[in-house]
Amino acid sequence: MYPRCDSVATSVVVWFLPMINWRSAERGKKCRNKRRNKGCHPIIKRVFESRGSALYLMALALAALVLPAQAQENPYIVAYDHYLEEPGSLEVEYFSTFGTQRSASDFHAFWAEFEYGATAWWTTELYLDGQTTFDDSTIFTGFRLENRFRLLQHEHFINPVFYFEYEQVSGADKILKEVEGHDVESDYTLPNALARKEHKHELEFKLLLSKTFKGWNMVENTIATKNLTGGDPWEFGYAIGASRPLALKASVNRCNFCRQNFIAGVEMYGGLGDRRSFGLHDTSHYLAPVVAWNLPSDWTLRLSPGFGLNDNSHRFLLRWGISREFSGFGATVSRLLGGRKPSR
Amino acid sequence: MIKTASPIILTALVLSLVPFAWSQKENSGATKKDDSVYAELAKAPRKAAARRNPLESDPDAVAAGANLFALHCVECHGETAEGGRKGPSLRALEVQRSTPGTLFWILTNGVVRRGMPVWSKLPEPQRWQIVTYIKSLGPAQTPPQGQ
Repeated sequence: MYPRCDSVATSVVVWFLPMINWRSAERGKKCRNKRRNKGCHPIIKRVFESRGSALYLMALALAALVLPAQAQENPYIVAYDHYLEEPGSLEVEYFSTFGTQRSASDFHAFWAEFEYGATAWWTTELYLDGQTTFDDSTIFTGFRLENRFRLLQHEHFINPVFYFEYEQVSGADKILKEVEGHDVESDYTLPNALARKEHKHELEFKLLLSKTFKGWNMVENTIATKNLTGGDPWEFGYAIGASRPLALKASVNRCNFCRQNFIAGVEMYGGLGDRRSFGLHDTSHYLAPVVAWNLPSDWTLRLSPGFGLNDNSHRFLLRWGISREFSGFGATVSRLLGGRKPSR
Repeated sequence: MIKTASPIILTALVLSLVPFAWSQKENSGATKKDDSVYAELAKAPRKAAARRNPLESDPDAVAAGANLFALHCVECHGETAEGGRKGPSLRALEVQRSTPGTLFWILTNGVVRRGMPVWSKLPEPQRWQIVTYIKSLGPAQTPPQGQ
């Protein structure tokens, strides 16, 4: 049997990631001010330019090597498939999005995600969002409560899941977890001090359709969003994706680098306008290869370079994330709250 | 702003406890001593139940299936597959006498109503490897915990 590793070292890596990023933003600001006179830097170089980011990536690599054991998470960062969290399990996730920005400073948005499997047909999640705009500031931008409900008991040709989310975020939110309506790059140029004054209370509905066939997973998400503050119309968006493990059979030996631990694919997402002006005009769209590395210890690492497909889109989005699943979390909480032990 | 946000946050906090309560209610129900837990096996369509295990003669299938079982199934069905906190014994006669196709169907579709998730996210060969491993265990010598 595989040991489940909950070492102090790995916990430290996960819980201090946001802190490292915070510090990297401060260092990065100083660094960039010095470098500005030397001209432009390549996009990738900018991601790695601060010592904090390098430490962060090293920590991820270390976590990957230290941990024994395996989850089977999809590689998507924006799109959803129809698989819900296992009942009673809590998945803690941390994601980053580095985005380039024309006519304003680039940004690094990040979010923590707590995903709990209430039942085999209901998964609920809490998101906490934040962002750093380079040469500006680092701020907390809001929270989201999300629920996903499996609509059919058995597997079918296409498997539908109903998604419902309430979000309370400021106008400075830049995680780009979904693109909807007429979201365009120029919406993100306001300085944080101004943008955070705008508050959004939003309801979001999605129909998630997903199918797995011969190892391939294909997803289609339709998004409808309503901002409860102001008279904004319903906004629409989409996300599609396809992915496949690099090997379909499991190997006999336990391994970190076996091909079946890697799932690669691609996702595409964008806005579809709103109720008053439905369509593709003044919308942004992205295409992003995705890869997930499911480590044999319930840890998952994801990486996704995304590319804007038109002039309304950010030119480049680099996303990465780390997640860890904690089985039996619900039972532990129940016991702490004085619940009875499940009978055998 | 704080005045309007507080009730929303309070409501959100209260609502966030609902899933915990619900999950415990549902999971404890699934672990009751209940023979009907094995009645799900009979629901497999005839065509699915008749499917042959393509990895039956694969010498590596049992070992690979054991690895997969340890990763994905032990949490509910126990390390020896004799039943765990949430799942029934897989070494019960009802399971061991079932065809590989039936077990594959259950694994693919889950028993969502009773808390078993669908496992179609595992590629088909991996699901057959798990089935091969379960069948290799044989019936338990002592009465299983899940029955």
